[in-house]
Amino acid sequence: MTTGPRLRVNPIACDGRGLCAEVLPEMITLDDWGFPIICDAEVPPGLLDEAAEAVRLCPRLALRLDHGARAPAAPQPRGADQGQDHRLCPAAVPPDGMRSRYLRR
Amino acid sequence: MNTLDSGQHLVRGATPVQAGRFPRLLPERFGGEPASLEEHVTRYGQLPRGWDGRWREQLIAEVGRAGLTGRGGAGFPTARKLAAVAAGRDAPVVVANGTEGEPASAKDKVLLACAPHLVLDGAVLAADMLGARQAIVVVHDAVREVVDSAAAERRRARLDRVKVKVMTGADRFVGGEASALVNWVAHGIPLPTATPPRVSECGLLSRPTLVQNVETLAHLALIARWGARWFRSLGTTAEPGSMLVTVIGAVRQPGVREIEIGTPVNEVLGLAGGPAAPLGALLIGGYFGTWADPAVAGPLPFSAEGLSAVGGSPGAGLVAALPADVCGLAETARVARYLADESAGQCGPCVFGLGSIAGALADLAAARRYEPGRLRRWMAQTEGRGACHHPDGAVRMVRSALAVFGAEIDRHAQGWCCGRRPPGVLPVPLRRSP
Repeated sequence: MTTGPRLRVNPIACDGRGLCAEVLPEMITLDDWGFPIICDAEVPPGLLDEAAEAVRLCPRLALRLDHGARAPAAPQPRGADQGQDHRLCPAAVPPDGMRSRYLRR
Repeated sequence: MNTLDSGQHLVRGATPVQAGRFPRLLPERFGGEPASLEEHVTRYGQLPRGWDGRWREQLIAEVGRAGLTGRGGAGFPTARKLAAVAAGRDAPVVVANGTEGEPASAKDKVLLACAPHLVLDGAVLAADMLGARQAIVVVHDAVREVVDSAAAERRRARLDRVKVKVMTGADRFVGGEASALVNWVAHGIPLPTATPPRVSECGLLSRPTLVQNVETLAHLALIARWGARWFRSLGTTAEPGSMLVTVIGAVRQPGVREIEIGTPVNEVLGLAGGPAAPLGALLIGGYFGTWADPAVAGPLPFSAEGLSAVGGSPGAGLVAALPADVCGLAETARVARYLADESAGQCGPCVFGLGSIAGALADLAAARRYEPGRLRRWMAQTEGRGACHHPDGAVRMVRSALAVFGAEIDRHAQGWCCGRRPPGVLPVPLRRSP
């Protein structure tokens, strides 16, 4: 079974520089301490360029794009009291015309 | 002495005089010297030996039928781990994990202090099963001498084909995590690495590495002697066998006991002399475990299935009884601070997340301030975001505390606290210099 490409971060290598969230805000947000929260969904085709750019720009080489070789990890069980006011995963598919500022330049 | 006869079937063995007797791992009487090799062989008989592929496959299959799971906390099926390591291309290495970095737990230390040869049997057997030439036994400093002299005794008797090396573990909470243990053995640095690859694929010297808790290895050594059916004669169908538990806190005789899996929690407390005071809460599993109301958790079977009713699991076998006159929030804050300090310091969300959570809990425990939304957001942003499961376990424990001590949180909001005594039921070592 093949799946689409997914973004993965190596949490040990990641230093929270935050460039990835600048390039790809559609799929990467920062937590309260500036470390990236990566959307676990497949990268939609319309965002592949930005995702590749985010991977290329990471100064710590902590971000990578997994090309669907293995099935994704099972989602972590969540506690009952979370997930109403703070979505860990921003919208995966950007509205039409909304592209990353970085690439539009 | 050395019975290297490949035809000897593992289950047949000599009819065990002791087989089925309980306790299986611990001595019948406490307080003696560690069992010598002679006493060990008298009690359990010789370890069955073999080396050919058929023997290995049969033994792995037997372990699978026995349903043995890891006793270090995660409860992973041992046969699956053995098969994964055996499937590797290179010759594997066996690492017996007796570091027991959890400050509240003592079961691995007690097992090693009482029956070092049973653990060494398991380590040597696992190495034989996997075709490994070396078994590295990493133990807590407190039992190093006992294990050293047991290993020397075996060398003198020329008992084992594989080389047994004894090491002292890093005295850190994360030191028992599989990849951290491999890094400790290889480089003297007890830091976890990112997975994949797992150590079962690429561990010590880039070889497939079996990292197995010492209690699991002791059970393995008994399954090799007496078979799966004997092993399954105790415990539940889903979780057969016995396990070691550490009971601490407000009980009359705190200490390590061996229980049949599925024994009700109240009976486990009874084995430790019963409650010494009215109980306010139980911490079950370990510092990555779950707080529970004693009235709710008391009748539950001590098994993954039974404890799931309170969101818990047997974990590393800890039962800590918190008396009603000690504030659970204060205990939780202390443990959360300890776990935050024990972060390996590699992953940002673990360092900052656990630190922030511990700070918020300290504020809550001291009735200074409490922002539930912020604390929940921090827990969500910390859980599942480290290279290892250290942040996940810590957050699980804190989350259960917020659920169980809800009434106490309200009291703290009004500036009151149930605590009549300072916290300190759960041991928290002083922070060592990094």
